[in-house]
Amino acid sequence: MKTVAAWILAVVLGASFAFFFYLLLTYNYQWAQILPYRGNLLKGWGVTVAVSASALVLSAVIGAALTAGQLSPVWPARWLSRLYVELIRGTPLLVQILIGYYLVANALQMESKFFIGVCLLAAFAGAYLSEIFRGGIESIAKSQIDSARAIGLTGSQTYRYVVIPQAVRRVLPATAGQFANLIKDSSLLYVIGLGEFTMQARETNANTFSTFAAYLPLAIGYLVLTLPISYWTRRLEERFRYET
Amino acid sequence: MKLELKGVTKLYGETAALHEVDLTVPAGVRVLGLIGPSGGGKSTLLRLAGGLEVPDAGTITVGGDVLARDEATLTEHRRRNGFLFQSFNLFPHYTALENVMLPLRVVQGKSPAEAREAAEQCLRRFGLEKHLLQRPAELSGGQQQRAALARAIAARPRLLILDEPTSALDPEMTAEVLEVIEELCRDGQEIVLSTHEMGFARAVADHVVFLAEGRVVEEGKQIFEAAAHEQVQRFLSRVMKY
Repeated sequence: MKTVAAWILAVVLGASFAFFFYLLLTYNYQWAQILPYRGNLLKGWGVTVAVSASALVLSAVIGAALTAGQLSPVWPARWLSRLYVELIRGTPLLVQILIGYYLVANALQMESKFFIGVCLLAAFAGAYLSEIFRGGIESIAKSQIDSARAIGLTGSQTYRYVVIPQAVRRVLPATAGQFANLIKDSSLLYVIGLGEFTMQARETNANTFSTFAAYLPLAIGYLVLTLPISYWTRRLEERFRYET
Repeated sequence: MKLELKGVTKLYGETAALHEVDLTVPAGVRVLGLIGPSGGGKSTLLRLAGGLEVPDAGTITVGGDVLARDEATLTEHRRRNGFLFQSFNLFPHYTALENVMLPLRVVQGKSPAEAREAAEQCLRRFGLEKHLLQRPAELSGGQQQRAALARAIAARPRLLILDEPTSALDPEMTAEVLEVIEELCRDGQEIVLSTHEMGFARAVADHVVFLAEGRVVEEGKQIFEAAAHEQVQRFLSRVMKY
């Protein structure tokens, strides 16, 4: 019974996929119209890679700082970090980008759209990362901390040798997933006029009215970045499986 | 062994795990056994003596030093003792060798080569020479507990504290761990241990203390033959029955 159901499901799914790809492949794309814009699209892809890579590093730093704040014994640090995380996670990225660009960056007289984009993206992803990091640290059993204290480690040594190494292994998959999100979220930076991948695709479409010929390469361009991350995540998960 | 408790009370929420306990270990005692029902306060007493917890009232003296309440002094105290938990508590991301080396390197400040040498020696002593590079998940319970014991004694502790070292093990593994502990006792290591292995307590301990409901009910090895308290008699006859 189970195998019959599985086969039916496989056939239905297979047929759906085949139909989907048939639609994709038989669509009347106007590749010729797009061709003159390939340089722009490629440049936009490069900007997306650069913005995402920079924001990735900065978001990890912000995430770690927020985690330290949330676990801090000093209550204002705890309170502020918590407030920041809740505000960022509770509001749309689009609104944050608009406020960040037109209010904050304007008031601070920041010029570089690239730099502003990196900061906004990192500020957003950092809040999510800090929740992932905090969960990882809090998941380390109390007995491990007891054990570290028993052999005479100080608080900071306990973190360095016992808690962090174990927490890092546990949060790697979720962190990698968050990084993939960050790459895709960078597409929203077109609203501040940063010439990244999505912006270039939109412009190409606006000029040529060949929507799919412009957006299909966009999807593929993002997949080229996110697929390696999920592959790498799986590899890491397998490597650290010994712990359980 | 110099171990003394005066009016020690430890509360967990509303319940007193230890209630105004006075205890002086007689002179000449090298191995002290704590026995009694689960939840009677054995673990709490060991955790206090090991400096892992601070009492709510009273003073504890170990080796002539009155235990302080500040974390820095307590860390110093913990560095002079070895502590073994019921549930092994090895670090899962390190191999057996790295587990034993960690306190030697980080706490004792030995060079990697010295630490490795000392750690290997301890692990070999407990018959783990073939398992140096295995992680805890690859070791049996008995092997894990012997590795944890190697980690606890690697820095030559003044006092070794063992909290029910065999409670999580099957009989065969229990035997292999008890053999190692017995050997440590013979070598003159000062040990405080809590255990449910009455035969073992009787064999290795110079002095035993019966704890129940957070109080010392009776002490002295004569309780194995003729306990004065009915509660002790009942407990012993029940655990020795099978």
